[in-house]
Amino acid sequence: MAETVVAPPYRVIPIVPELKPGAMKEVRSFVANEKIQTALGFPGQLVEDWQEKALARMGELLGKYRSLRVYMDACVHCGACSDKCHYFIGTQDPKNMPVARQDLMRSVYRRYFTLAGKYFPWLVGARDLTREVLDEWYTYFNQCSECRRCSVFCPYGIDTAEVTMAAREILDSVGYGQKYSNEIIGKVHSIGNNLGLPAPALIDTLQGLEEDVKEDTGVDVRFPIDVKGAEVLLITPSADFFAEPHIDSLIGYAKVFHAAGISWTLSSMASEAGNFGMFIGNYDQLRKIALRIREAALELGVKRIVVGECGHAWRVAYSFWNTLTGIGAGATDPFALQLQKQLDARYRQPTHICELTWDLIERDALRFDKEANDQYVVTFHDSCNVARGSRMGDFAGGQFEIPRNIIRAVANHYVEMADHTTREKTFCCGGGGGLLTDDLIDLRVKGALPRMEALQEVVDVHGVNFMATICAICKAQFSKVLPYYKFDRRLVGGVHQLVSNAIILGETH
Amino acid sequence: MTTASMVFALLFYLAALVFAGGLLVRIAGYARTPAPLRIPTTPAPTTIRGVVFRMAREVMLFESLFKANLWIWALGILFHFGLALVVLRHLRYFTEPVWFWVAAVQPFGIYGGMAMVLGLAGLWARRLLVERIRYISTPSDHLMLVLLLGIGLSGLAMQYVAHPDVIAVKRFFLGWLHFSIQPLPDSLLLYLHLSLVLVLMIVFPFSKLLHAPGVFFSPTRNQVDDSREVRHVSAWAARMDVERPHG
Ligand code: SF4
Ligand code: SF4
Repeated sequence: MAETVVAPPYRVIPIVPELKPGAMKEVRSFVANEKIQTALGFPGQLVEDWQEKALARMGELLGKYRSLRVYMDACVHCGACSDKCHYFIGTQDPKNMPVARQDLMRSVYRRYFTLAGKYFPWLVGARDLTREVLDEWYTYFNQCSECRRCSVFCPYGIDTAEVTMAAREILDSVGYGQKYSNEIIGKVHSIGNNLGLPAPALIDTLQGLEEDVKEDTGVDVRFPIDVKGAEVLLITPSADFFAEPHIDSLIGYAKVFHAAGISWTLSSMASEAGNFGMFIGNYDQLRKIALRIREAALELGVKRIVVGECGHAWRVAYSFWNTLTGIGAGATDPFALQLQKQLDARYRQPTHICELTWDLIERDALRFDKEANDQYVVTFHDSCNVARGSRMGDFAGGQFEIPRNIIRAVANHYVEMADHTTREKTFCCGGGGGLLTDDLIDLRVKGALPRMEALQEVVDVHGVNFMATICAICKAQFSKVLPYYKFDRRLVGGVHQLVSNAIILGETH
Repeated sequence: MTTASMVFALLFYLAALVFAGGLLVRIAGYARTPAPLRIPTTPAPTTIRGVVFRMAREVMLFESLFKANLWIWALGILFHFGLALVVLRHLRYFTEPVWFWVAAVQPFGIYGGMAMVLGLAGLWARRLLVERIRYISTPSDHLMLVLLLGIGLSGLAMQYVAHPDVIAVKRFFLGWLHFSIQPLPDSLLLYLHLSLVLVLMIVFPFSKLLHAPGVFFSPTRNQVDDSREVRHVSAWAARMDVERPHG
């Protein structure tokens, strides 16, 4: 399959592309098999009374989520969002326009949940929930990375990600789940992380890393795991343990902890920051996966919880952990207080690794040899979930400034990509939201187009040769798709990879 | 008194009921539905005050739309501001003595009518001419514009073509407010104008016009970004903590 996939050409003038109806209708992510489905408590295959069940589930979700309910009603079809999705830009399939994607569900909502659609379906574009419609849901709701770029531009804040999540939840509930995401969730529960790396292998890897870093720097930088009484519990995406370039950021975190003299630990029980429960819109899974971290924190007795470079994980941690698990502050209920009493209230809980590093830099607790990064001209790719679904620091926009501040503190050459592609307007890497799978490589390559265009511009003008990012999915996705656009795959890397290169270890402590 | 006066008076009572009742039911539905997770979109304010400002910018200046597309923004502003002026101007039919600020906007009301019609025409042109907006349009999207255009044009026509007896119109509506039915002037244009308004009032709570109350309930826009500082748990989610207190 991969041979036939080619990158779309850059747009000469980046205007809205013409429509190519049906362009992506054959690109369907693999369907989860019975084993994968039942492991999560979903029906093994499409149930017989799927229509009834799907509509019942939809009704239930409309009652549980105000977002879905308001968003089903409020859209005026103004089209402001229609050219904002990277998948539409890259594929030109009109069903990848955010509003059209929502309409896949809205048409069904109108048919069964509104007066107008019950009596005048043709008038309001209402449709019966047929097998074709269900298949279309599966196809196109698995072509949305839940990046929320559309939501930034919608006059009512309509968030297609909320609709996609609801659709995936409905599909799962009738036995029509996606293989990639659901298999990964199964691994988190059975093994402890998304990559299925068992504890002994993890411990081995960490030992190997200690040796590597010692060889490299001559310093004994530790990579502790399951250490009771450590101050910090680091929750990081499992890709950090062995994928390239992720691992270089893990080394960076370890060096920061070492240089600052902070005792820290990983957890073999919670060796994964990622939470694909969000991607499939399933509250129970979202909560269950997050609770592992609560358990690990209680068991290890840590004072702080720090999250590594992972975009959606940071959204879940920042925005949802307090709600789901009590990791945060301000609780009054016993469930959450149990943990909040243990955590050190002087620190933001949870803390992003960039917040931690930047705090240390501001307090002059770290020293850098910036020239160590002089071979790089760096740019920064804002990851969607960090940019649009979270914050850092205690000021609005901290999630943009803090990583950039760190880069400027550790490297001499930094440039920005075009304004309409950064900060809250950033374009998804093309592989987020549960789409980072080989069966969607065509979509992933095309979806990367807007980012690649912006990158090409700074490569041409400023000679950029390092695109830093703080997301495991972005790193994996870019490593894979950069070559399709004739870039070196090593062009992408982590912010803490740059920190790692420049940090001065040793005599300060 | 004519049959027309009677029919219109009754229809307006009905339409007012449907409009107010329908909206109330909708709004109550939105308000009662929990928002279990914090999902504000950037730039998310960190205080309630910030949210109030954000919402004000959103509903008065169409801030997000401005970022998205200047054409839609300009046409949208033209239409909505025009409409707002027109509605204010029409308050004179329901107040006696006319409130001073309603009197003050009278001279601008007519420009409001023009702006409204221009904006609508532009929005419709976009819907017809821009391929991707044509793609997402349903018949009701077009009809809604036709309806509003009809209201605007019939209104302007009464100003410039055939002037009905506005004093009588005012007497009719003042009477209507007090459940006393007064004669409505005999004017086809007026009947058309009022009929279209009736249709608008009745479809409002069942259509995409719900974007008006909806925007205030949009979690991505009305939530405070304070999830680390405050624990937000909706009722149905809180029950889970009690069921499994130790995770
Ligand atoms: S959330 Fe992102 S991927 Fe999904 S429709 Fe919106 S812009 Fe496209
Ligand atoms: S911007 Fe919002 S209201 Fe306009 S078409 Fe898109 S989702 Fe609908």
